[in-house]
Amino acid sequence: MTANDCLQIGLFLVVLLLLVKPVGSYMAKVFADAPNRVTRAGAPIERVLYRLCGVHAGEDMGWKRYALAVLAFNLLGLLAVYLLQRVQQWLPLNPQHFGAVAPGSAMNTAISFATNTNWQGYAGESTMSYLTQMLGLAVQNFLSAATGIAVLVAVVRGFARKGAQAIGNFWVDLTRATLYVLLPLSLAMALLLVSQGVVQNFRPYVDVPVVQASSYVETSKDAARREVSKDVPVTTQVLPMGPAASQIAIKHLGTNGGGFFNANSAHPYENPTPLSNFVEMLAILLLPAGLCYTFGAMVGDTRQGWAILATMLLIFAPLAVGAVAAEQAGNPALHGLAVDAQAGALQPGGNMEGKETRFGIASSGLFVAVTTAASCGAVNAMHDSLTPLGGLVPMWLMQLGEVVFGGVGSGLYGMLAFAVVAVFIAGLMVGRTPEYLGKKIEAHEMKMASLAVLLPCALVVVGTAIAASVPAGAAGVANPGAHGFSEILYALSSASNNNGSAFGGLSANTPFWNVLLGICMFLARFPLIVAMLAMAGSLAAKRHVPASAGTLPTHTPLFVALLACVVIVVGALTFLPALALGPIAEYLMSAH
Amino acid sequence: MSRLLRQSFLMLLAMTVITGVLYPLAVTGLAQVLFPRQANGSLVVRDGRPVGSALIGQSFTDPKYFWGRPSATAPMADNGAASGGSNLGPSNPALTAVAKQRIDALRRADPGNDAPVPVDLVTASGSGLDPQISPAAARYQAARVARVRGLPADRVQALVDAYTQGRQLGVLGEPRVNVLELNLALDALQKR
Repeated sequence: MTANDCLQIGLFLVVLLLLVKPVGSYMAKVFADAPNRVTRAGAPIERVLYRLCGVHAGEDMGWKRYALAVLAFNLLGLLAVYLLQRVQQWLPLNPQHFGAVAPGSAMNTAISFATNTNWQGYAGESTMSYLTQMLGLAVQNFLSAATGIAVLVAVVRGFARKGAQAIGNFWVDLTRATLYVLLPLSLAMALLLVSQGVVQNFRPYVDVPVVQASSYVETSKDAARREVSKDVPVTTQVLPMGPAASQIAIKHLGTNGGGFFNANSAHPYENPTPLSNFVEMLAILLLPAGLCYTFGAMVGDTRQGWAILATMLLIFAPLAVGAVAAEQAGNPALHGLAVDAQAGALQPGGNMEGKETRFGIASSGLFVAVTTAASCGAVNAMHDSLTPLGGLVPMWLMQLGEVVFGGVGSGLYGMLAFAVVAVFIAGLMVGRTPEYLGKKIEAHEMKMASLAVLLPCALVVVGTAIAASVPAGAAGVANPGAHGFSEILYALSSASNNNGSAFGGLSANTPFWNVLLGICMFLARFPLIVAMLAMAGSLAAKRHVPASAGTLPTHTPLFVALLACVVIVVGALTFLPALALGPIAEYLMSAH
Repeated sequence: MSRLLRQSFLMLLAMTVITGVLYPLAVTGLAQVLFPRQANGSLVVRDGRPVGSALIGQSFTDPKYFWGRPSATAPMADNGAASGGSNLGPSNPALTAVAKQRIDALRRADPGNDAPVPVDLVTASGSGLDPQISPAAARYQAARVARVRGLPADRVQALVDAYTQGRQLGVLGEPRVNVLELNLALDALQKR
């Protein structure tokens, strides 16, 4: 670790923490039941929208109605993205004349974007028309994120309301999350990105003459099936274009992560400067961190929100430092060669395979941790080429259930499920009915919380076992040995926690992988939402239990430590055996 | 149920218009007015014609030019239509083998230079389109470029320094040298 590595990590955390309260208290106003300055300002637009869509804003939904609305809306969105990909060849804004996306890939992509995963089995610049990117993918970036926020707000209302039958109106929550939170932030961020060099236009790709012409050898089979090689001259370079900035802004703010280009945030048109990189990292954690404060404000005790945020930071900070340190230490396999990987004033050194010069080690390593702590999945370095321990960090951050920040909304409702489990364990220790935020935690809540905690774990483990044991699964692996197993484990961890990043060597655009990962992404999203809403419904109906001497306070360092332990123990017990076969085995073999 | 479906459909339609049409159009309009050069790809223009982008690396293999980051794009290096990295794992023997080839190529182009090669010149970038190299990688190549072009070494190093960008805001990212701009400047220097 160099001094600048530490400085960049420290600066990032400080700026993030300074933004938590302003962003969090703004969102608390947006989702408040009582009208206020923010919602009054947008009321005319909301009224028009609701009238057009036949929505009664005053309708307070029970949890079942809320869940049905979430499901109907998201499944329709999923269908729309699928259809758009299948007919893009007949639609406008397709200057490169891309054909229809293959059914399996289109299905996988539709699930991927509707579940806020944004796993990408395709390469953007050679597959998707501008219209598909804008009207299908970017729209789901907004709506899947808004859905996550809406569900979280409904769950928090479950804790905040007393003796209530309803947990809010999904249409209103969805609209407010989109119009008041995601849109204005995206607009500002998109312009900032363009100022740094991210493209935003509707032009066809540009052909420029290259300064030094070259050639490459192309081998093909002739009519008699003999191999023939020919020299293909390279005199021009294709520069991809498109409405990228508008999509990239929401890709980060909504913890979506689906790149406009194949190389995602490593692409210079998607992330051109260290400053754009800093803003992109900040945008990933901004709303998940801010929502912690919103949660505290909504339950009437901001200390509760800070305690959750402290838990997340307690797990995140050491892992982020670990990722940077592992990458800075470099790849021992290159030590025997005449390579200078020493950090100094003139170069960052370390493991630069798959990394960009402008980001070096610190800006790449921190991005690795940020994008997998949150369920974003954007990448500014190729995770497949990370050192074994540098690659273990993002894998484990996903396996922890995407609750260390996690996706917008989904991360915090996942963490609240863990909080319920934590107070339950504490309650067992002293033999007392557990309470959280003044609500008794009983069998029904425990069942729902356990389901939310355990379902993604099961999907990862079972999915990995299937993929590793059938030929169609192992066929996609690109790297030999333990690292090949890591590619499989990473893919399942990513899909089953709605992250979307990949060890990109894995050839996952095959029927087997498209179906397996599609199922995992779907099951990791919607059953969890229903479970959490069911918990919210039953909590909302409960009376408030006043705190007594026997109540475990949930805003103290003791609770923060307990909650962090529960998250880590579940993650470690479930995944250490699998990790031992992948990154840990690779580390032990390469180090000595 | 049918009411719910109608609401879902209409909300999806309305939100698609707002976030999928109005929003990208608004960003495009503002971007084209405020930052037209960046919004259209930061093209480098010489004599009124675009010769590349300041943000997208080109492949250089001639000893008279500074070479950029190795690129793993297919079928040729720095293919702007197919960005991506090598995805070679750290323990993959293919990674070590290709690193050896790159070291050999650099040394063949610059006989007698036995200094260890800066790591960014032997490892492929993440995008395959990295426009920059580290100042160490530029310094490593400066003597070769000067000799092949018949320029004084300090002249070339001065040009490298002129095209070196420091950390942004003094802290963020890494110092770097834009390879395409540096090579264009070298060509311009000798045209005069």
